[in-house]
Order: sequence, then structure tokens, then C-alpha cells
Amino acid sequence: MQTTSAPARSRAQSLLAGESIQRLLALAALVILLVFFSIVVPHFASTNNYIDILTATAVNGVLATGVTFVIITGGIDLSVGTGMTFTSVVAGIVAVNMGLPLPLSLLAALASGALVGSINGVLIAKAKLPPFIATLGMLYVTLGMAQVISDVHPIYFDQEPAFQQFFMGKPVAGIPNIVWVMLGGAAIAWILLNKTILGRYTFALGSNEEATRLSGVNVDRWKIIIYAVDGLFVGLAGIVIASRMNSAQPGLGMGYELDAIAAAVIGGNSLSGGEGSVVGTIIGAFLISTLRIGLSVAGIPDQWKSVITGLVVIGAVWLDILRRRSRA
Amino acid sequence: MVELLVEMTGISKSFPGVRALEEARFELLPGEVHALVGENGAGKSTLMKILAGIYRRDAGSIRVKGSEVEISTPHAAQSLGISIIHQELNLMNHLTVAQNIFIGREPRRGILLDEAALNAKAQQLFDDLHLKLDPRRRVGALAVAQQQMVEIAKALSYNSDVLIMDEPTAALTDTEIDELFRIIRHLRDRGKGIVHISHRLEELKQISNRVTVMRDGRYIATVNTADAEIQQIISMMVGRTVFEATPELPEQRDPNVVLEVKGLNLGRQVRDISFSLHRGEILGIAGLVGAGRTEVVRAIFAADRPESGQVTINGKQVVIHGPSDAVHHGIAYLSEDRKRYGLALGMDVELNTVLASLRRFANGFGWVRTGATRKQALEQVQALAIKTPSIRQRVKNLSGGNQQKVVIAKWLTADTDILIFDEPTRGIDVGAKSEIYRLLNDLAKQGKSIIMISSELPEVLRMSHRILVMCEGRITGELSSAEATQEKIMTLATQREAVAAA
Repeated sequence: MQTTSAPARSRAQSLLAGESIQRLLALAALVILLVFFSIVVPHFASTNNYIDILTATAVNGVLATGVTFVIITGGIDLSVGTGMTFTSVVAGIVAVNMGLPLPLSLLAALASGALVGSINGVLIAKAKLPPFIATLGMLYVTLGMAQVISDVHPIYFDQEPAFQQFFMGKPVAGIPNIVWVMLGGAAIAWILLNKTILGRYTFALGSNEEATRLSGVNVDRWKIIIYAVDGLFVGLAGIVIASRMNSAQPGLGMGYELDAIAAAVIGGNSLSGGEGSVVGTIIGAFLISTLRIGLSVAGIPDQWKSVITGLVVIGAVWLDILRRRSRA
Repeated sequence: MVELLVEMTGISKSFPGVRALEEARFELLPGEVHALVGENGAGKSTLMKILAGIYRRDAGSIRVKGSEVEISTPHAAQSLGISIIHQELNLMNHLTVAQNIFIGREPRRGILLDEAALNAKAQQLFDDLHLKLDPRRRVGALAVAQQQMVEIAKALSYNSDVLIMDEPTAALTDTEIDELFRIIRHLRDRGKGIVHISHRLEELKQISNRVTVMRDGRYIATVNTADAEIQQIISMMVGRTVFEATPELPEQRDPNVVLEVKGLNLGRQVRDISFSLHRGEILGIAGLVGAGRTEVVRAIFAADRPESGQVTINGKQVVIHGPSDAVHHGIAYLSEDRKRYGLALGMDVELNTVLASLRRFANGFGWVRTGATRKQALEQVQALAIKTPSIRQRVKNLSGGNQQKVVIAKWLTADTDILIFDEPTRGIDVGAKSEIYRLLNDLAKQGKSIIMISSELPEVLRMSHRILVMCEGRITGELSSAEATQEKIMTLATQREAVAAA
């Protein structure tokens, strides 16, 4: 009996051990949550509300996409939130204070994001600082710099109506363009991670950095590139948040990095590196905003929303650990 | 009849995609050293990990001292008196010897630790083993052989009756092996049962009472060591008669120097190293553990940057800043520790195969041509007879020998002219060994140049056109294959500096 049941069990185990299972779990959780809120919470089930959820996910989705790259390498980036603030302020200065054309300001945001990412990369790859420390330092540096270059004043894009018109415009299905920007960014990230050398090295680095180095891969250079790509997404997030608020707010940004990391973790990205996916990350980001909006439509106070979000992060990672244990 | 210490019957175990054990069995008597042999992937380690509570069996029964038991955790195994000493030691380098042995069971006085009692208890264990080791020393400062003794003492401190040793001699020198065997015999005479997993068949006669042979996850036979011929055991292991015939070393007469190293220095382990490597040559590097052989090749490969020295490749002096430069200049390095330095274990066979040459499989935009990488991986799996359910299999699920083949596949894919093999057959069974020898010969025949480090003298003698011998970071001699003997190599390998100066 036992021998006949063994292959069936191993098939079930291998299915359970599949890499995509955490993503499926996250997706299932998202669907269940949406259905639950739709049934239980009055006024939740409305097109407007669903669009609100999509819109609310955009900023965190873009940031989390960026941070997914470094998490797969086994690193971390704590500077994405304040880095985003910095890039939005740079965009504001270029467009408003300097009066340069809008596309230039967008490029400036992306470039400044890539710069912050590159600095992180150099600190980590060349100076050998632990990623946690290097990016913790850059969290403060970018927060401070955003305030220095803006003189601690918000920059409003009122004279640049095209900016908000474009990004918050709703030409397709009533969904604002920033949502498409997030999904487009995620698609690009997916291609980078799955179809290019950069992606292969990202996974290889996270799996075994020393073996990758001894395979003749210039690990230092690729790390810097990966952090710079992360930075590009930070720049993109800077554009998205500035268009949502129609302003660059230099005081903002702290805490966003934790949302981004939480989204990646809920989506099945392992902080020890070597595995993960941007699809999971985006699902994770949706899960967080669904939870927040659902709870607030239900009239749950903010402080409790935080508690529940925290429990979801803990629960997601715990489930992942249980799943891993079952395949050992 | 003496009661069996351990009796395992009908043990089956599957991992995702791999059937590791199929109705395997094993028994152990008190006061015996029972060797467990088989090729890589035969299931020896898996079977013993089930006994030690690390894996759970899918089917079968285990009896310990006559009663049926369920061993679901390492802790359960320990309380049944079963201890395992892994190939990779599990010690905390920053703690002392005594702290390691009694971790989790520290003697206390009130709420404070009682270090004196701790050290005394450890000392007592060592005295019982007639072992000289200071309980206060930090484990990180000990040699591998001494760390192993710490593991043994730790196992004994649990009053274990069953001691499983997985490849205990793999990293030891001959004298250290003698010491280990002395302790194993001592324990045997005290009525302990010892399971000895080994690839070194010549050891069996020295140490074991009985031998159990496994193949492809199945039990093959158990024989009394005294009655068995090594050749007979090998045949049972591989399931066919293997002639341990010396593969014919291809003749090497190409005078072209491919690699020349001059005055290479790095710390105490690499001192004024100069030598040259010819096209189509296999250059053996012999020496005792710690002689600096690995350090020398790592310095050439710039895995560690040398402090001084010149490297010339095909007549052109080159500066190698790091491994990526080395590979660019056509040097490959197969490390002695494939898990740490050779493989991305969590990644699949395909990625590992192309890892050193991914650029070749990508277009100008960095887009990886997945069809090409898949084809390459499939070709290598076939060419090297890598046993894997698919190229999508994670490398960590493969057996040691097949993992080693994946590392080789990586470097064959990179197609470099100079290949450095560091202990290519360590922890590898007889069948895979001769495959690797054949491969080395083929590569040399194709005009590749090979540096091979090996701690096994017969291997160096058989496989090298020329042999460099190292001691304490220096090259103490060079022997041609015609003049080299084990005695000459050992003489040079122990030629310490003081003697050389005298």
C-alpha cells in the first residue's frame, strides 16, 4: 500500500513545492479578499472603488517592482521611498523652477533615480557595505537632499497641466494611465528578469554569489547595474507619485520602502535571494492596497489597518516557510 | 546471537523527480565497523540521513535494539543513541571546543554558565579517547581533522551507540586518517556500532568488519570484509566488471608554452611560484593538505589577487584583475568545493551550464536565446551522462558526482584553453572517477592544457605528464611522469623550509 501511494504523494509534494505556488497563494488570497470585501462591505463592490484600488497600487507597485530586483540578488533597498521623493523633487525643479520641457523633467527623475541606485550599488559592490546599511544611509541622504534642493517647499505642477493630464488621464476603461505605467513597468521588469542576461545574473547572484564570480561573471559590475535598474523604477515611482499629487512633496517618502518590501515578500520573493518574481510582487502590491481600501470602506480606523497589514506580511512569510518545510 | 543495534528494511524514499531509495536495507551489530559503499547517487547518504532523523522515509521499517521505532527528527535519533557526523561539519567557528560539544546542554550554576565544569566535561571526553585537544580553543582555529574529533566527541557526549560517519576521511591526510582510525577502533572495541560511508575502497580492508554495497537506491549485498576482494566490491557497486586499467595518457610533445607563471606571491601559502604549462599537457600539482596548491591556482585565476608575479598566456603578458578577466583569457577553474564555489545550487542545470558563457548565448541587447541555452544544456547532459530528470532540475537535488559533472559542463561550455581542476575526483565514486579521467585525457588530446591538483598520489602519478610538488607555499620539486614515484613525491611534499635551507 505504502509503496503505491508514495509516487502520488511525491507528485503532490512536487506540485506544492513548485516555485509558482506562493504566487498562486498570493493570487488566491487577493481574489478571496476581493470577494470577501465585495460581499461583506457595503459599497465596496463598485467600479469606482475597484479603480481606486488600481490607482492606489500604482506607486507601491512601481517601487516594489524595482526592489524585487535587489531582493532576488539577496540584497535589500531601504532607500526606495525617500529616493522616490528625491526624484519627484528633481522632476519638479526641472519642470517648474527651471521651466524646462516636461519630457526633460521626466528624464531627470529617471536619471536621478538611477544615480541613487548606482550609488547604492557602488557602496555595496565596491565598498562592500552590507545592503541594509548602505541603503539605510541613502534613505537619510535622499530624504535630506530632497529637502535641500527644494528648500523644504512643495513644488506644484499647476503651470504644467499636461503632466497630470497625461498620467492621471483615463483613456482606457476609465483607468488612469499611471496604472498602465505600473503594469508596463512590471512587464519590462518581467522581460529583464526572465529573458535577458541581467535577469539570469540577478538570480545566479542571489543563489550563490561566489560561484557566480568564479564563473567569470563580473559580479561587482552587475550588482551596480541591478541597483541602478532598481533606481530607474524609483525614478518612475517619483513621476507617478508627483502626477498623483500634482506636486513634489519633499517631506514625504518614509515608510514607502516598507510597503514595497512587504509587497515583494507577500508575493513570494525570498529575502535570502535566488528566487522571486515580479508577477508575485505586483499581486502583493494589489493585496496590500485592497486590504487598506477594503478596511477603510468598512470604516476600520487607520491604526487597525496597519495592524492587519502587518499580520498579513507575517502570515504570508510564515505560510511560505511552512511550504518550504513540507518539501524538505 | 548478538542483538542487532540497527535493522532497516524495505526503506523507500523519493524526492521531487528522483527515486532515491527503493526497498533498501541495512543492519548494524554492536562492536562492528560497517562500511557502506556505492557510487554517487546510490543512496548511501539518504539511507543514513533517514536513520539519523534528517529525512523521513516513505516506506519501510526501522528497528533499534530490537524494537520498532519512528525517527522523525534528529533529536529523536539522538535520544535513541544515533549520531551522524556529516561530511560538511556543523560547528560554530566562533565558539570554543567545549562550548560546541555541549551546545544546548551547558552546565549551569544557578542562572550562570559554569565554564569550568564545561571544560572539565569536554576534557573528560578527550581523555576517554586518548586525544590531545584543548577544550578552550576556538573551533575556527582548528584543522579539519581536529574539528572532526570535536564532532566525534560531541556525538559520544550523547552516549551514542551508533555513530554514522559520512566520508570522514575525504579531507584528511594519511596521518590524520591513522589517528581517526585509531579512535574508530577504540570505539568499536567499546561496543559501539560505526557506519563508515566511504569512497576510498582501499580503506575498507583497514577499518571495516563488514561492507554493504548499494546501487541505484537498492541494497545489493553485505559481505565480510575479510572474505571480499576489492575488485569484487567494485563490480557490485557498478553492476559490471570494471577494469581499473590505467587509461592511456596521450603523448604530449607540443613544445608550445600556453601559460607561464613567474614569481607569483600571495601571503604565506603562495611563495615565489614559477612554472610553465604546455599545450596538451596535464600538469599535476601534488602536496599535503595546506601546502598552498589551491591558493596558487586561485591566485592565477585571480579569485584572490596575487601580491606580485607575472602571468603570460600564449607568449603575451596579461594582467588578470579578477575571475572575469581570467575566463576572458581562456582560463577555467573547477574549485575543490563545488557547492560553495562551483554551483548556484538553487538554480537549474541549464542556468549552471551556461553561467560562465552567458554572453555567447545572448544578442547585443542582452536578450538570452533560450533555445540555444536549452540545446547546450541538453547536449552537455548527454555528453557527460549527467543523471537528471530534466535540465530544469535544481542542481541541489542532484547527487555529488552529477553536480561535479554540471560544473564540468559549465567549463566545457565556456570552451577555455586552460583548465584548472582542483581535486576533480574528491568525493566521487569509482565509475564517475574513470569517466573524469577519460575526459581529462580527451581534453588533453584536443590540445587543451590542464592543471590538476590532487591529494591522491596514485591519481597524480597516473594522470600527469609532469608533476609539481608543493610544500608550505613553495614548489619544492618537479618530476616527469617517467621518474615520479610515490616516495619521491612524499619526500618533496615534506621538504620543509628549515630542511631545505640546511
